[in-house]
Amino acid sequence: MPSMPAGTLYRGKVGMWSWVLHRITGVAIFFFLLVHVLDTALVRLSPEAYNAVIGTYKTPIIGLAELGLVAAILYHALNGVRVILIDFWRKGVKYQNVMWWVVVIISAVLFLGFAPRHLSHVFGW
Amino acid sequence: MSVVIEQPRSPRNRKQANFEKYGWMYMRASGVVLVILIFGHLFTNLFLGEGIKAIDFAFVGGKWSDPFWQVWDLLMLWLALIHGTNGMRTIVNDYTSREGLRKALVIALWAICAALIVLGTLVVFTFDPCPAGSPANLLPSFCPAS
Repeated sequence: MPSMPAGTLYRGKVGMWSWVLHRITGVAIFFFLLVHVLDTALVRLSPEAYNAVIGTYKTPIIGLAELGLVAAILYHALNGVRVILIDFWRKGVKYQNVMWWVVVIISAVLFLGFAPRHLSHVFGW
Repeated sequence: MSVVIEQPRSPRNRKQANFEKYGWMYMRASGVVLVILIFGHLFTNLFLGEGIKAIDFAFVGGKWSDPFWQVWDLLMLWLALIHGTNGMRTIVNDYTSREGLRKALVIALWAICAALIVLGTLVVFTFDPCPAGSPANLLPSFCPAS
């Protein structure tokens, strides 16, 4: 029986999955950014137009999607810092694995700080 | 796109290497700044006060009457769009196999990026928080009409 390769910085395990997640969250944030520039540009048109469109952001479904967006941004931002540390910090490669877990924990803590407050705004709790 | 593997000792093509090198450096430099800008953006707009519930024309008008937030948002616009577009370019380069399609997608990406940067920049600088003839209750409190 051939055994599974042990995995390296780039293939398998944390090194690969952190990268996959970084791509997926990056693409999601990019498409939101396109929409967000366009919706904000409506302030140039009229207060009514802007308020009508931004009103849809306050609905339950989009309100929940915003939670996903914030989670994606938190992960992408903090994992980006991890990537920079791997590139520039002398011990970055050595600690890339533990740094990823630190990224996940900080993301989770920030997310849990944000989520109840945001949900209370969206659902009027 | 055929992959050409160069001879290990062949001199590198300096021009091409530099474009990708500057792109690589830009992603990291803009990334660090964007972490600060976007975390601050999310904190002030979605966490403080009434969060998403409070966002309307008057809220944006109030923020952009302060040059501090104008510069903040302008920097975010430029840095994030170029960062995102360059990231998408990397993904397109990775996953497209036909050279014509790859070129078309990359050109489309930069065209969208340029259009949104121009649009956003114009909006930030030509925005009027107190447009004449608008209902007073929709405007920021500092407007003469409200």
